[in-house]
Amino acid sequence: MTTAAPAATTRASAPNRPADVIFKAVSTTAGVLILIALAGVAIFLVAQAVPAIIGPLPDDDSFWAWVWPLTFGTLWSAFLAMVMAVPMAIAIALFITHFAPRRLASILGYAIDLLAAIPSVIYGLWGIAVLAPFMQPAYAWLAENLGWIPLFSPPASGTGRTILTAAIVLAVMVLPIITALCREIFLQTPRLNEEASLALGATRWEMIRMAVLPHGRSGIIASSILGLGRALGETMAVAMVLASAGAVTFVVVGSQNPSTIAANIALRFPEAHGITVNMLIGSGLVLFAITLLVNAISRWIIAKTTVDGGR
Amino acid sequence: MSKRIEINDLDVYYGAFKAVEGVSLEIEPRSVTAFIGPSGCGKSTVLRTINRMHEVIAGAYVDGEILLDGANLYGSGVDPVNVRRQIGMVFQRPNPFPTMTIRENVLAGVLLNNRRMSKGDQDDLVERSLRGANLWNEVKDRLGIPGSGLSGGQQQRLCIARAIAVSPDVLLMDEPCSALDPISTLAIEDLIEELKQEYTIVIVTHNMQQASRVSDKTAFFNIAGTGKPGKLIEYDETTRIFSNPSVQSTEDYVSGRFG
Repeated sequence: MTTAAPAATTRASAPNRPADVIFKAVSTTAGVLILIALAGVAIFLVAQAVPAIIGPLPDDDSFWAWVWPLTFGTLWSAFLAMVMAVPMAIAIALFITHFAPRRLASILGYAIDLLAAIPSVIYGLWGIAVLAPFMQPAYAWLAENLGWIPLFSPPASGTGRTILTAAIVLAVMVLPIITALCREIFLQTPRLNEEASLALGATRWEMIRMAVLPHGRSGIIASSILGLGRALGETMAVAMVLASAGAVTFVVVGSQNPSTIAANIALRFPEAHGITVNMLIGSGLVLFAITLLVNAISRWIIAKTTVDGGR
Repeated sequence: MSKRIEINDLDVYYGAFKAVEGVSLEIEPRSVTAFIGPSGCGKSTVLRTINRMHEVIAGAYVDGEILLDGANLYGSGVDPVNVRRQIGMVFQRPNPFPTMTIRENVLAGVLLNNRRMSKGDQDDLVERSLRGANLWNEVKDRLGIPGSGLSGGQQQRLCIARAIAVSPDVLLMDEPCSALDPISTLAIEDLIEELKQEYTIVIVTHNMQQASRVSDKTAFFNIAGTGKPGKLIEYDETTRIFSNPSVQSTEDYVSGRFG
């Protein structure tokens, strides 16, 4: 008690240093601005969406019946992209950090980072001009020979501009984010843990399973969620590649594809007027809510799986 | 279980750099051998060559041979993974796997070799290994908690339990007490004394009292200067090294006249 009292007085009488005051003001303003921007976006979305949500809409449908196929398409394409991208990204990151010779590893690292620098419109062009025609024969084959699997029910698309093509483009686009983050996390695996497993007679792969992957678990989830966020919100590439029909279907090789929220907004907004504008903004609100939910879930998972004491 | 180690004219290189030169020594089964010497003299490097852990560092290789009961660990066709399954190692800082429970940590090495093991056998092995590491009574009621939840000394004994669970021929210890308090150090030293009944133990230590307390024989390593390779200066009974060494630099080192 006797020692605490003088400490308190010093703190109370500490001079207000100008640099501290300025820095505090600047950082507080920055923090508040973020909140204002977020609140502004949310208010705008809600206010503009309300007329569409309470209706009536021109073609007598409810807003939710209209937005559901778009929501489905957004989730389904992002899901397909993640199924392809996450295992691939983890494999590439492991190869770079634990298998490749150092020279090759750094070249590969740069190449992956370069993928992230390509604008999405280029991915769209590539998807429409190269990937779709390239994949079309494969889709036809899948529909013909594996058509009994619901995913590949015939008829196959004649252009190749299916949701699977869009998902492949998305997967390539999110790959660099996930790979780069996973690589950083795998590099941070405590050397002690790696050596512990090697000293027990683990092979390289067993060492990765015992030390690297458990340590990187929450990081893998976090990076996947970041990638998922990008896949959900990606607009341009999907708008260009996907030939959509607004259907709700799990078929990935056909021509009746669901569209995504973001692509639909980009394609329809220029000609929209009146209530259609409110409908599009309403779908934007749905996308906003989905992304918010995804982030909340990821934070929860990360908090649950983070382990301390590894280093 | 316990095997004899014979090191013949061993040179260790990290790339072009020669870290250790011309080490030859014989280690008897069921004995404790201490490696002492100043930092950078190559004692940890030599220890790591005994289970080929030095190969984890890119560009490291050895010249010479190490025989385990006559079998060359560096013979052609010898898989380092198999070498490490026979020769256990305990590190400077306790390193239980943070995501595994105490039980899983003990079983980690065994399950690498033998995936199909009945639950009963696993329970027996966990108890036997933890008893062997003098940790059973402290953790028997909480085998399901993460290994990282234990104190430093307990974690180190957990690592020893993990190493002896695979019934190795040799147990290598790289400064096992350097991160521990004196009480925990004492617990580990007592444990080494017991483990000696069953295993060949090689321990690297910076603590000369520890070397004189736990070891039967002591090897003193030294280095002529930075950038020069480390060499084995003297290898003899521990009592002799600490009372009447035959080389002057050994005497200077153990009596604290240089360091």
